[in-house]
Amino acid sequence: MAETGRLTRAGEGRPLVSMVTLLRAAIILAGLALWEFLSHSGLLYRDVVPSLLAIARALGGLLASPNYYFNLGVTAAEIGAAIAIGGLSGLAVGILLGANPFLSKAFESYIYYLGPTPKIIFFPVMIMWFGVGPESKVALGTLSCFFPVALSVAAGMRGIDRVLIRVGESFRANTWQTVMKIYLPAMRHPIINGVRLGLGVALIGTLLAETKLSNKGIGFLIINAYSTFDMPRMYANLIVLFVLAIGANALVGRLGGLDSIKRV
Amino acid sequence: MTATANRRNSGNLAAKAVGLAFLIVCLLIAETLIRADAISRYIVPPPSEIMGSFYRIVTEEHVARRFLLTAAECLAAGAMITVFGIAGGVLMHRFKLLQQACETWVAAMASAPVVLCYPLFMVIFGRNAWTIIMIGFIAALPPVILKTIEGLAGTRKVLVNVGRSFNLTPMQQFWKILFPAALPTIFVGLRLGLIFALINVVGVEFLINYGGLGQLIEDLAERYDLAGTYAAICFVILVSVLFFMTLEKIERWLRPVD
Repeated sequence: MAETGRLTRAGEGRPLVSMVTLLRAAIILAGLALWEFLSHSGLLYRDVVPSLLAIARALGGLLASPNYYFNLGVTAAEIGAAIAIGGLSGLAVGILLGANPFLSKAFESYIYYLGPTPKIIFFPVMIMWFGVGPESKVALGTLSCFFPVALSVAAGMRGIDRVLIRVGESFRANTWQTVMKIYLPAMRHPIINGVRLGLGVALIGTLLAETKLSNKGIGFLIINAYSTFDMPRMYANLIVLFVLAIGANALVGRLGGLDSIKRV
Repeated sequence: MTATANRRNSGNLAAKAVGLAFLIVCLLIAETLIRADAISRYIVPPPSEIMGSFYRIVTEEHVARRFLLTAAECLAAGAMITVFGIAGGVLMHRFKLLQQACETWVAAMASAPVVLCYPLFMVIFGRNAWTIIMIGFIAALPPVILKTIEGLAGTRKVLVNVGRSFNLTPMQQFWKILFPAALPTIFVGLRLGLIFALINVVGVEFLINYGGLGQLIEDLAERYDLAGTYAAICFVILVSVLFFMTLEKIERWLRPVD
């Protein structure tokens, strides 16, 4: 009874809006006020910091434009293809390296050290190999996505509980069954984590390539807005892109149950 | 025990030799196929030609000056992430409310494609080294902040209690207990930050065609100097790998023995 009373009182004492929410709201409001002040102060070149109203108008125009969705579709298709090709090849190589210690010692250090190098510098080569169309963007995205997936899967493969593998052996599972019924389910988290990292770098690789040389896609829209000095449109493009990128990252993490790992 | 260690070492050496041999065989096959015109040399130049171009790009393209410029940009971004990243992490650790309000935002920033804002930075800072440094800085800041918070929060309770029993002031507690205990974790953040900074600096140099090693690749590609482009890419990869290896060595040196 006493416990129930204490709990009820604790619940009643909780403020409607927590201090954290208030502080967040205050920071956001201060940021927006500072932005608006900068926009009207004339301290920066005209239009470098457009007013919030102009950005909101550009955002509305962007989201209402069918052309934007066409370009979003192009970029999404390129990133999707990059993740499919880079992710699957990364998965295959990761399984191979994780399952075979000799191959891992022979080749993993190359992947480990090549992984974090700047991939955009390969773009001139990709243009020569695949042309100036979407193929070269997919290739750059694939190259970016391959390394984190391969490394994460190889590490995940080595981290599988030996007991699970022995259970498979005692059931006389063949290689295919072992991979499908033991390795892949046991490696769900490292695979999702690799895909999450791969998605981030594939997105950057594809979009940077689009800003460098293309005539469609979100990267093209951003660089086109820059070239025509349409700052509100550029900000609007960047805002939507950031929301989509962070959202996609969080979604992949949630689908893979990565939140539940952190909580444990 | 020594015999087992010897066997393991020779096994490692054999594996590394196989890795290297595979690489050499791949290069030889590529050389043969290109010389036999099975692969166009106007798309992929023969590896021997690429290797021959190394000397040319080092002497004719001012690689040393370009390397120093890229290194200076990375160093400037590195100094800024060290100062602002660690200060931000300490501030968020000190004021828990601020940490609760902003840590998720910092984590979200870490997954945001900041480098795509380079046109925006060009408008603000102009097409110069500041654009490159600032993108490197912003992209590399989140891991330093997050790892500083992690390091400070992970300080062993017993160490904090020792400080309290000596009646240390909050400043002494920070400099003599918290900061030294968090240093290895902070350096993990700095290492990640410096890697991000290097990737972004070289990438933006290439994209805006300005500055050091990144611009060299763009420059050679625009001149359609194929062997030179491939050699410059190999050179940048080599520099990046050496940079990561050095950082890793420093991190291992800083990490306390368990």
